[in-house]
Amino acid sequence: MSKDTGKGYISGISGPVVFAKGNQRLGMLEMVYVGHNRLVGEVISIDNDKAVIQVYESTTGLKINEPVESTGNPLSVNLGPGIIGEVFDGIQRPLHELVKKSGTLIEKGIFAPAPDNTKKWNVNILVKPGDDIHPGSIIAETEETASLMHKVMVPPGIRGKVTKVSTDGEYTIEDEIIEIDTGKGLEKISMLQKWPVKRGRPFAQRIPAYMPLVTGQRVIDMMFPLAKGGTAAIPGGFGTGKTMTQHQLAKWSDADIVVYIGCGERGNEIADVLESFPKLKDPRSGRSLMDRTVLIANTSNMPVAAREASIYTGITIAEYYRDMGYHVALMADSTSRWAEALREISGRLEEMPAEEGYPAYLPSRLSQFYERAGYVRNLNGTTGSISIIGAVSPQSNDFSEPVTQNTKRFTRCFWALDKSLAYSRHYPAINWTESYSEYINELSEWYEEKTDRHFREKRTRLLAILQEESRLMEIVKLIGKDVLPDSQKLTLEVAKVIRVGFLQQNAFHENDTFVPIEKQYRMLNIMLYLSERTDDLVKKGIPVSVIVESGLFNKISQMKYTIPNDDLSGIDDLKSEIDEFYNRITLKYSNTGGRNQT
Amino acid sequence: MKLEYLDLYEIKGPLVILEGIEGASYEELVEITLESGERRTGRVIKMDEDICVVQVFEGTSDISLKNARTWFSGNVLRLPLSGEILGRIFDGKGSPTDGLGAIYPDSRKDINGLPINPVSRKYPRNFIQTGISSIDGLSTLIRGQKLPIFSGSGLPHNELAVQIVRQARITDEDNSKFAIVFAAIGVKSDVADYFTRSFKESGVLEKVVMFQNLADDPVVERITTPRCALTAAEYLAFEKGMHVLVIMTDMTSYSEGLREISSSLEEIPSRKGFPGYLYSDLASMYERAGIIEGKEGSITQIPILTMPNDDITHPVPDLTAYITEGQLVLDRELAQKGVHPPVSILMSLSRLMKDSIGEGFTREDHPDIANQLFASYAKVQEVRALASVIGEDELSEIDRRYMDFGKAFEDRFIKQLHDENRDMNKTLELGWTLVSGLPREELDRIKPEILDKYYDEKGSGGF
Ligand SMILES: Nc1ncnc2c1ncn2[C@@H]1O[C@H](COP(=O)(O)OP(=O)(O)OP(=O)(O)O)[C@@H](O)[C@H]1O
Ligand SMILES: [Mg+2]
Repeated sequence: MSKDTGKGYISGISGPVVFAKGNQRLGMLEMVYVGHNRLVGEVISIDNDKAVIQVYESTTGLKINEPVESTGNPLSVNLGPGIIGEVFDGIQRPLHELVKKSGTLIEKGIFAPAPDNTKKWNVNILVKPGDDIHPGSIIAETEETASLMHKVMVPPGIRGKVTKVSTDGEYTIEDEIIEIDTGKGLEKISMLQKWPVKRGRPFAQRIPAYMPLVTGQRVIDMMFPLAKGGTAAIPGGFGTGKTMTQHQLAKWSDADIVVYIGCGERGNEIADVLESFPKLKDPRSGRSLMDRTVLIANTSNMPVAAREASIYTGITIAEYYRDMGYHVALMADSTSRWAEALREISGRLEEMPAEEGYPAYLPSRLSQFYERAGYVRNLNGTTGSISIIGAVSPQSNDFSEPVTQNTKRFTRCFWALDKSLAYSRHYPAINWTESYSEYINELSEWYEEKTDRHFREKRTRLLAILQEESRLMEIVKLIGKDVLPDSQKLTLEVAKVIRVGFLQQNAFHENDTFVPIEKQYRMLNIMLYLSERTDDLVKKGIPVSVIVESGLFNKISQMKYTIPNDDLSGIDDLKSEIDEFYNRITLKYSNTGGRNQT
Repeated sequence: MKLEYLDLYEIKGPLVILEGIEGASYEELVEITLESGERRTGRVIKMDEDICVVQVFEGTSDISLKNARTWFSGNVLRLPLSGEILGRIFDGKGSPTDGLGAIYPDSRKDINGLPINPVSRKYPRNFIQTGISSIDGLSTLIRGQKLPIFSGSGLPHNELAVQIVRQARITDEDNSKFAIVFAAIGVKSDVADYFTRSFKESGVLEKVVMFQNLADDPVVERITTPRCALTAAEYLAFEKGMHVLVIMTDMTSYSEGLREISSSLEEIPSRKGFPGYLYSDLASMYERAGIIEGKEGSITQIPILTMPNDDITHPVPDLTAYITEGQLVLDRELAQKGVHPPVSILMSLSRLMKDSIGEGFTREDHPDIANQLFASYAKVQEVRALASVIGEDELSEIDRRYMDFGKAFEDRFIKQLHDENRDMNKTLELGWTLVSGLPREELDRIKPEILDKYYDEKGSGGF
């Protein structure tokens, strides 16, 4: 039994939490090795001589008095080329490597270095002796994947003059590539750097958001857009489409890098990503989607403490690529499972709970996480961004529960998924009355440039029609549709076109799964045009039934399928059809006396 | 190191607490022998210095501080396994109860299993034809999926499960590789008997492994019953290459057992007194379904749970549905109308069907017709709500059409006899016949080219 100094020993075990005594030098948030199997853990609280450690692997089989080794370092991730395209667990163990070590099941106490420290990268050195370098300075480049140039940066905290550079060539992440004189001595720099996950990486300054993260999803891009560098929450009961939405964004949004965190969710969803992403092409680079994606997979059956860490591992990796000047989109599915991990650990510590058993620090943890999003000027002068899209799984579909409510406070886009929309298979089930984006104003200049100066007004009109529909539906529920005047009946017809033809988007149809902004806007326009023209007809006394019979409404509802993304000419034809119909009917009814016909 | 200890320090609900223990390991199995010679088993669930908290599977009744000797096994609970488990019956700890003697194991496995490395999973894509239209057509079951049945007391969930077992066809493989693992958790003996009888009648009994923890069996064993069952399933699937269907009933009893233990540990509860880790705990079982790259077999789970008060927001169904890949919900109103199986179409969902139906899997029109049936039936609900306010006579013509469609859909599509086995084509044809009774412009979920091909312009839908 090792009760010797320097090492501590296990004095108690409760689920994923271990208590350690005998080492007064253990520091808060320090990473430790627990037991003879050297399970990775982290010190999460210290009380006199007793340290509380959350263990990132199963504690089954541990014994009292087994050693607890300190490492002197906080829990960190390794940063360098070799991250993109990989799958890691919550504490950055490379899952493909683990298969090689322990087969298809994850055994305890197994370890493999990440990123791969044997792989050689073709490195281009960008500095020369005598150059001054600072934290963040880009000193070399290597092609990490076919679509991504990895910028090798000076780690934060290091500055000096370059004294020696290696020649361009093949290096592993641990090989020295340059040497600098820091003024206090010489220091070798390799491509690998470590960063403690719970601390945000430094940047120069925040820049106001002005560009959307274009997702290709109409209800998001046109109605409730997310800014690059912004934060969005997707709350929704089970099966309402959080994961589908996250996957759609991971596939189609115009980010340079996607960090996808499967946090306490299903193994099959990770398998799904791994099977589908490599086959899909990034619409911008034309390369495999996996070439810009990194997955953090800590599924629901994997240790709960590592689930807590997965969020931090993911955001730290995101910051690292942001520092290179990239736009990173981070999806966390689901932040509720992360919050539950906090609750579970907190419960084991017998901390005083706040609402629903969650610890009192839940809001501050959530805000710290979302605060790490942003559009920034980096230390090296480049600009980059992290957009965070967090799924929230409210228990009992009750949006007043603590995780949903607190997330709402710290995010600026709220895409509320609606059970009844999902039940009627209206996908994405984003409820248009409860959802909002606080970025509309900041982004309007961008939108006006990409579309036209009427963008905001048109968006408002579309929303107004939908609102009017909800109001009318209240009446219809009570007395039926027949008693409504024609103008209101028309509103219902138009709103239906908007719901079915515009808001609903079919993730499984090649023309509809991703739609460029131009087509989105032109669809919106044509629907408003349809509304305008038919409204005019109704004002002239032409019955709604005649207008509906024309088949125009159906045709326009189907335009998402019939008009290919790369040839929008069909939209003009639709417009002509509306005009033709308008003229024909107007003529017909004015000949026969209009109003009298009704 | 000492292995056996006399006396206990404290007894608290299903837990006993021992003092002066050395060398015990977390979650190890202990055996408690009473003066009477009776033996019980337990598991270490908390350790603090020399104090061990042990959860006793068979419960603590008759145990006193002075009448027990406790032996520490040095190991976690392991299930003895061999090919002979097929056709056998075990209790919730994996001991045979059918009087046919012990199993000669070729391996022993920790009943908690190990997490499948997510990168080793193969995404499930092969559908299992159950012959039940509401499932095959609208909530297709996929091999390797976990698809629970949410039910209420008195609803025919057991009948549905049995019909699935009887009719399930994995279209492309022979049935010798098919096995069933059945876990009865806190259910009454007549339920267990019903399943046994049905397995016998359909001639699959020798393909079934049963684990039974009946309503009057110890509560703590509810925790181990499904884990033993899943360990057996993993053995059959991943070592013997079989396609295993696991039926676990009733997961609500399971969760209540967990709640009972949690409260005797004085843990901080979350909703309705259930422990905050209920989600993770359920996930540790449900996630044991699946297919593994490079292995032949598969595990498909159909957990059954009764929703207290038919309340789907109750923590057990709620958290279950957050983990499983969809749910089949039974509806009391349909059952009362005589529609059997009373599958609530709108609330049921198979998450995995999206990638496993359509061209190359079932039929090209399957996704669209399924979507349309959902949407049209959702519309029926709206119209019914309206009709209940203004009266059916006041409905518009099209709304009346929807009323008729709704009735025909329930009577001819959802409803089917307990021994009626419809193949996929039949189910889809039935769907087309029904929607063809609606005007074409109402069918907004179907791609034009599919409509052109399958919609019957002259069809009346038979209603
Ligand atoms: N955009 C969509 N297009 C088509 N189908 C969808 C869409 N969104 C959701 N669905 C359907 O709903 C199902 C559930 O979606 P998803 O898995 O994303 O739900 P979720 O909100 O993540 O649920 P959970 O909280 O249980 O993980 C999918 O399997 C799919 O059938
Ligand atoms: Mg999900």
